Amino acid sequence: MTNEIRKTPWQRFWKKNHGLIYILPWLLGFLFFKFYPFLSSFWYSLKDFNLFKGDAPFIGMGNYKTILETKKYVTAYKITFQYAFLTVPLKLGFSLFIAYILNFRIKFVKFFRTVYYIPSILGGSVAVSIVWKFLFQSEGLINKILGLFGGEAVNWLGSPKYALWVISLLHVWQFGSAMVIFLAALKGVPQDLYEAAAIDGAGKWRQFFSVTVPLITPVIFYNLVTQLCNAFQEFNSAYIITKGGPLGSTTLISLLVYQNAFKSYEMGLACAMAWILFVIVAAFTLIAFVSQKYWVYYSDEER
Amino acid sequence: MSKKTRETISVVLRYAVLVAVGVVMFYPMLWMVGASLKADNNEIYSTISFIPKHPSFQAYVKGWTATGFNFSHFMINTYLIVLPKVVGAVISSVITAYGFSRFQFVGKTFLFAVLMSTLFLPQVVLNIPQFLLFTGIGWVDTYKPLIVPAFFANEPYFVFMLVQFMRSVSREMEEAAEIDGCNSFQRLVYIVTPIVKPAIVSCALFQFMWSSNDFQGPLIYINTVSKYPASLGLRLIADSETGFEWNKILALSVISILPTLIVFFMAQDQFVEGIAAGGVKG
Repeated sequence: MTNEIRKTPWQRFWKKNHGLIYILPWLLGFLFFKFYPFLSSFWYSLKDFNLFKGDAPFIGMGNYKTILETKKYVTAYKITFQYAFLTVPLKLGFSLFIAYILNFRIKFVKFFRTVYYIPSILGGSVAVSIVWKFLFQSEGLINKILGLFGGEAVNWLGSPKYALWVISLLHVWQFGSAMVIFLAALKGVPQDLYEAAAIDGAGKWRQFFSVTVPLITPVIFYNLVTQLCNAFQEFNSAYIITKGGPLGSTTLISLLVYQNAFKSYEMGLACAMAWILFVIVAAFTLIAFVSQKYWVYYSDEER
Repeated sequence: MSKKTRETISVVLRYAVLVAVGVVMFYPMLWMVGASLKADNNEIYSTISFIPKHPSFQAYVKGWTATGFNFSHFMINTYLIVLPKVVGAVISSVITAYGFSRFQFVGKTFLFAVLMSTLFLPQVVLNIPQFLLFTGIGWVDTYKPLIVPAFFANEPYFVFMLVQFMRSVSREMEEAAEIDGCNSFQRLVYIVTPIVKPAIVSCALFQFMWSSNDFQGPLIYINTVSKYPASLGLRLIADSETGFEWNKILALSVISILPTLIVFFMAQDQFVEGIAAGGVKG
């Protein structure tokens, strides 16, 4: 007891909180590599800051005004929205559908799962982007296959109408990781619920929408939020396959941020663009989180 | 239609869908490998079949030295970045997860919420200030900006996954060890780490694959061609190649994804479990 009293307040604090030392690496990393960059990026966005000009005068909302008044920039946000709202529903719908089929007593489940999953581990790589570009050339494999069915060859990468579809399809092609998560969730739905529904006369479709979907809403929610965050930040495919073209039709916002920051060194402007994107992503995440009490069902809840 | 025939039809339908989707998923990869073994563009463009008439590794031999650097040089560079990142991420994430799952301290709930919220913090907001920060300390055109953050548990997903795992395992052994006089660090090294090994393997695998594919990071920080990892080297060749010998470029693409594929096949069960356990981005 006397020992306790003789300890300095610091020592007493330490005894109670020595777990802090274990989270210290993360905490330092967070402060230096995340929190500080996060705040300073906002600060830079308020300045006319070019890396190779001496001074960076404070211009308030000037950069934001420039962005909202420049058609090219506003279009890039629109394209990013299109991209996100094209890819995310397609990817989620498709991965849920496939997971649902795989969840029947299917032979070779492991084989199918592996085949479907491979694109997810390679999809972000430069190699796959190159292959994709190759497939969608005017004389490429996709047009060859269209030709077999009597279709006209499409100038996929050269026309503003289709180029966004090409990079969106690459994203949807990587549905494997979402599928594996869905599959795990589907396995958790108790079999007797299906049996009960079947006795009540519900067909397979009815069972899917009235039993399966409601029970796996937490997982749908998780997939939705993470996929949206990813889609809004897509960079590689637009940079490698289409270079933002043709006619700016695939210039996603992260591409524009990269060009402004690391090609023309307009750091202030680029930060403002990134911050607008951040606000959009944060808004969607927030909407998802707030709305979840209306459509997400957690089984440990009181009913 | 009897119940039996209906049942049969739906089973057949299911397999038909699965196989069709499987072909769509896999044919591009198959075709990539096939085309890399074909003789020239003529043969590649003339058919939709992936099977080369006279398979040859010529494209691999020619592609290997296409930039004036051996492609092995770029491959080695990639793993000079990837391996330290894996080590750093695993060590720092395990330590952090241990702190969050086994101790009480001031502000724990708040700090954990902060950690989780960084899951949703877009990297695009951080890129520019990070670049300025690393420029300021002279780290640009080195691998440090890519590697060092990994040593500070900068991937919140890993910490989250490990915390979940650590919370789910029994603490009896740790309590026994504490009574025997083990301090908290010894308990981490000798008891907790072996128990959570499956989760550690998953983290290591994810980090390996993500970093091998990473393109934007090196694109921002690495300027000297001799320091390029395979992702940048590949793009350099694909962009500079005039008259495009596709078999050459595809051959290098195959080489660049081979290690990732091998690792995936060696550990795919681990992997799929890892995703299912916590959900994953990607």
